[in-house]
Amino acid sequence: METLYAISVGTLTACSVYLILRARSFPIVIGLTMLSYAVNLFLFSTGRLVIDQVPIIGAGEQYTDPLPQALVLTAIVIGFAMTAYSIILAVRVRGEFGSDEVNEPNYQAGKEGQR
Amino acid sequence: MFGQHLAILPLLIPLFAALLQLFPWGDNAQFYRRIIGLVSCSLLIIISVLLLIQSDTATLVYALGNWQAPYGIVLVVDRLAALMLLLTAVLALPVLIFGCYGEDNLGSHFHALFQFQLLGILGAFLTGDLFNLFVFFEVLLISSYALLMHGGGKQKLRATLHYVLLNLAGSALFLISLGILYGITGTLNMADMAVKVSALTGDDAVIARAGGLMLLIVFGLKAALLPLYFWLPQAYANTTGTVAALFAIMTKVGIYAIIRVFTLIFGADAGLAAGVGYDWLWWLGLATLAVGGLGVLGSRDLRLAIAYLVVISVGTMLTTFSMGNDRAISGVLFYLLHSTLVTGALFLLVDVIAVQRGKTASRIIKGRKLAQHGALGMLFFIAALTVIGMPPLSGFVSKLFILEAARTGAQVALLWPLVLFSTFLGMIALSRAGSRMFWHTLPGKAADISHPPGQLATIAALLFGAILLTIFAQPVSDFTTAIAHDLSHPETYIRAVLQLTGVDHE
Repeated sequence: METLYAISVGTLTACSVYLILRARSFPIVIGLTMLSYAVNLFLFSTGRLVIDQVPIIGAGEQYTDPLPQALVLTAIVIGFAMTAYSIILAVRVRGEFGSDEVNEPNYQAGKEGQR
Repeated sequence: MFGQHLAILPLLIPLFAALLQLFPWGDNAQFYRRIIGLVSCSLLIIISVLLLIQSDTATLVYALGNWQAPYGIVLVVDRLAALMLLLTAVLALPVLIFGCYGEDNLGSHFHALFQFQLLGILGAFLTGDLFNLFVFFEVLLISSYALLMHGGGKQKLRATLHYVLLNLAGSALFLISLGILYGITGTLNMADMAVKVSALTGDDAVIARAGGLMLLIVFGLKAALLPLYFWLPQAYANTTGTVAALFAIMTKVGIYAIIRVFTLIFGADAGLAAGVGYDWLWWLGLATLAVGGLGVLGSRDLRLAIAYLVVISVGTMLTTFSMGNDRAISGVLFYLLHSTLVTGALFLLVDVIAVQRGKTASRIIKGRKLAQHGALGMLFFIAALTVIGMPPLSGFVSKLFILEAARTGAQVALLWPLVLFSTFLGMIALSRAGSRMFWHTLPGKAADISHPPGQLATIAALLFGAILLTIFAQPVSDFTTAIAHDLSHPETYIRAVLQLTGVDHE
């Protein structure tokens, strides 16, 4: 189980890094979403992988750690809000500049810092 | 009763102020929102002074919901946290007053976002729990995303997109490093983690080191350390003056987090994981210093030049911190106070200059005479002297502390030339900007837009803070030396958090 888990977290991370490096806003947002999935899975595993156990000490032979579940829940909520904001921003950038490239294609050094 | 709950008030005040500001206040809404914001910021100053006095005698530990550490989340007010609280409050009030002269009308919800931003920053300084630090980082980030967009505009949009995407990746990395550290130590409380990390052996210690280095990347991104600083100049140069001035404290949140985590958890007592990241900080800090100096010189816009001055200050602080001795840390903290106040003042000042110059804005070229030529010139002169580090102002004193902290020959050979050279480059850039803007003006009528004296007074107030720092250099440096001593002997902090001495809980 640990191997399968590790492979899936690793694959998700690798795909997300590839997508983020595409430097276009939509793939980046998808990439960041995938990265947050990978991170959430990873966080969940930090309490060690245990099956069919309750998160209470003394209720059985083994127990599962409740804290990572709480952390993952927090991370999901925060990640959701952040993704929503970045999507809105990406749409605005697409609308204003007519391009979804994150870096300005014909960047003019002299124009920096203007309001 | 009141004294016992003092530690949570710096979080409750901005939170409730922001919520109140979100209410529909009728026709004259902005007036009420300004009052609430100003009251909140003034209260924060009073409370942080009280906390500073209290923290000097004993570290205050506040267990949220009375769940004791390491199981519950605690707020810890030691000397360092109290000093950072006071600095934030002292910066926030003049900046908010400046913003109340009309800049808050450029976009909606400016006041509520400002308070939420303060909530995040103060929370990051107060918390004693690593995951809670992440949460407060997110609070401050999401309000900063919105604040960066305050006023709108094409240039801001792209800078904000870069900033948001980078920080989202940074947050993911933060969570991964938290996961690694939690998986190894089984705790998220910083004091408890320090105890657990020092007892690690073998492979576990190696993994903890990896987690520590990943935390360094995350905090380095927030603090704008060399390979991760590229977001900063554009973001700071394109946003409005008020927001940029408030963001003067933002990079310092990253530096605070590095100082806290790498003295407490990965400090000298951390066994096999001791001193992780310090050599990285030394070299990257030096490189940041060099790049910042070149950036200042190469900027054709005063706003951008000041953003690069922030990069220089980050490089100076982190390099000095990595030397690790008490004097170095004390020097870093003194420099941090000075640099926050003066960069805040400079960002506000450039905003005023840009508005008065009209079309040429803050570009370093010949332009119209300003309406308030004398007053602005004087303020710019004082601010530039302070930020460069000319005697007799606080920049000089703090650079002296930093240069003094270099002990070994190798440290002196690398730190001295780089600090002095970047100072020199900053001096060239700022004197060029100053002479072009104030002396080399186009003949003819002066600009007709002038600013109310109250608005200029806020800039003067921030600069006055820097001057006070020079006058009271001795007591302040005594205090920072005490902080440095606390940081190099984390036992006091750990004992206070884990056994809850210093608080009388009935």
